[in-house]
Amino acid sequence: MGGLIYLDNAAATRLDERVLEAMRPYFFETYAVATSQFGYSPGIDAKDALEGARATVAGALGAAPEELIFTSGSAESSNTAIKGVAQALGQKKGRHLVTSAIEDFAVLHSVRALERQGYTATTVGVDGDGRVDLDELREAITPETILVSVQAANQEIGTLQDLEAIGAICREKGVLFHTDATHTFLRVALDVREVAVDLVTVTADRMHGPKGIGGLYVRAGTPLTKWMDGGFQEFNLRGGAENIPGAVGFARAVELVTDEETARLAGMRDRLIALLLEVPHARLNGHPTLRLPQNANISFRFVEGESVLLHLDMRQMAVSTGSACFSRSLEASHVILGIGGDHERAHGSIRFTFGRFNREEDVDEVAAAAAEVIERLREISPLGKE
Amino acid sequence: MPVPYSDIVMEHFRNPRNVGRMENPDAKSVEGSPACGDMVAVYLQVDEETLRITDIKFESYGCASNIATGSIITEIAKGKTLEEAKQITWKQVSEQLGGLPSIKVHCSVLAIDGLRGAVENYEERHGLVKERTPTTVELITKRLKRVMNPMVGLDLVRTNLVREIELKEGHVRVAIDLPPDHQFAANIREEVMDKIEPLWDIERVEVEFNAEAMSPLTIIH
Repeated sequence: MGGLIYLDNAAATRLDERVLEAMRPYFFETYAVATSQFGYSPGIDAKDALEGARATVAGALGAAPEELIFTSGSAESSNTAIKGVAQALGQKKGRHLVTSAIEDFAVLHSVRALERQGYTATTVGVDGDGRVDLDELREAITPETILVSVQAANQEIGTLQDLEAIGAICREKGVLFHTDATHTFLRVALDVREVAVDLVTVTADRMHGPKGIGGLYVRAGTPLTKWMDGGFQEFNLRGGAENIPGAVGFARAVELVTDEETARLAGMRDRLIALLLEVPHARLNGHPTLRLPQNANISFRFVEGESVLLHLDMRQMAVSTGSACFSRSLEASHVILGIGGDHERAHGSIRFTFGRFNREEDVDEVAAAAAEVIERLREISPLGKE
Repeated sequence: MPVPYSDIVMEHFRNPRNVGRMENPDAKSVEGSPACGDMVAVYLQVDEETLRITDIKFESYGCASNIATGSIITEIAKGKTLEEAKQITWKQVSEQLGGLPSIKVHCSVLAIDGLRGAVENYEERHGLVKERTPTTVELITKRLKRVMNPMVGLDLVRTNLVREIELKEGHVRVAIDLPPDHQFAANIREEVMDKIEPLWDIERVEVEFNAEAMSPLTIIH
């Protein structure tokens, strides 16, 4: 991917070489599993590495090490949180969940899977910027409600949610609160000592860490039933041999993220948004200020996203779209529809997400290329000429 | 970088032939709508004597397979008679493009519909419709298959949104299983009217929505 300008960091990120270096010994030297700690010394080293990594990742959330379990990534973390709480409280407290209309599929489909098993769920709407309606959320909580799951930031339009306020409502109503922090982890501050959140989904692969490793923060005392049976790994909440190289890589990736870097990404984001909004018939999707530092999402009228992507791909630029044509299900982005947008707005929505390996000069290059491609596609479009 | 499209599709996508708007076309058809996603416009110039397509242009608001199909279909149709152009099938076009991903069939069918629609438009405008066969419910259903359900990108009939079609003395009533305040209701009404009204023996078209209908979820699994 030599000359590639990669602006799809919300989907996957390039691994930082320093992360790979940290992981390497755990493939070739200390390849024992942590459960061998009572048998032989490599097991002890493996256990130390795992627990060191756990302390680092948990610490980044202000959590105690024993409040963080490693998983295979954000989808598993969210599945575990939602289905685990449902299983633990379904008989005891109730069978109702609350979520938002624009959650990622791991959350939405976990809730839908529970609905098929007889649980009920209320989906709370969002405003035109993608912010959850807090009054609606409060009203959605019933005595039967066991869990509220609202993301920290949206995967497509980047809008941040008010976790503090949502946590306070959940605390007041006595229900558990899960948040999917896949895209905000280390980019937008979240300290579980200050925010009343009980379960937090995090993952390594959106911050230049390895694929296949994620984490779930579980506040001490939170009822959670495990679904992956196996040994007694991860405080008996997830069976299976630990992914020690992955955990070590995750921790190293955590250490490498700095506030300066995040500020740099926000600077590139702001410049790109400003440049792209100069294109006629362009509008920003998501909140103008309360948004992920690394996310820009713009809808261009009269053009279709997949065509824009393919033209940018020919210029060695990678971005994403909410167009129905691009999705495997031929459905338009539920996020754009969720913020009150129509099919057309989803059709022409382009997401640009920044990461560590983007350079400032990429921004102008991508903005110029996008403007050119959009102009070209508008020339052949039957729309927008009157 | 490999994409799910053949080299021929990508070539037509990159360099679409006969693209753009035609001033004063002899016939024109627009299929699809912005609310549904893809949209294709086809313009024709036809020799009155020979009924051959002397010039053809298309415009596309759509994905690569939509653009490529629109492009290749203009190449195939140019110089053909209207009768020959009507015989062009999706299969034939798809083969000439080196195949299309199955999920993209809808986008490419739209271009074929555009060509057929433009030919029909010419015939209707020039009094060439030989047999005026009376409209039937089957024909109406066939036309409704060209109206998309924007929520899923498949047609109204296939997604079971057409609850009832009533045809009586030139009066058509189409009952759609969507609440009248649904975000796409107005759009669907307009498209249904567009497809049914031009039929020669139809005087009045009514599109009815159902206040009792559940608003379907956007995502269906």
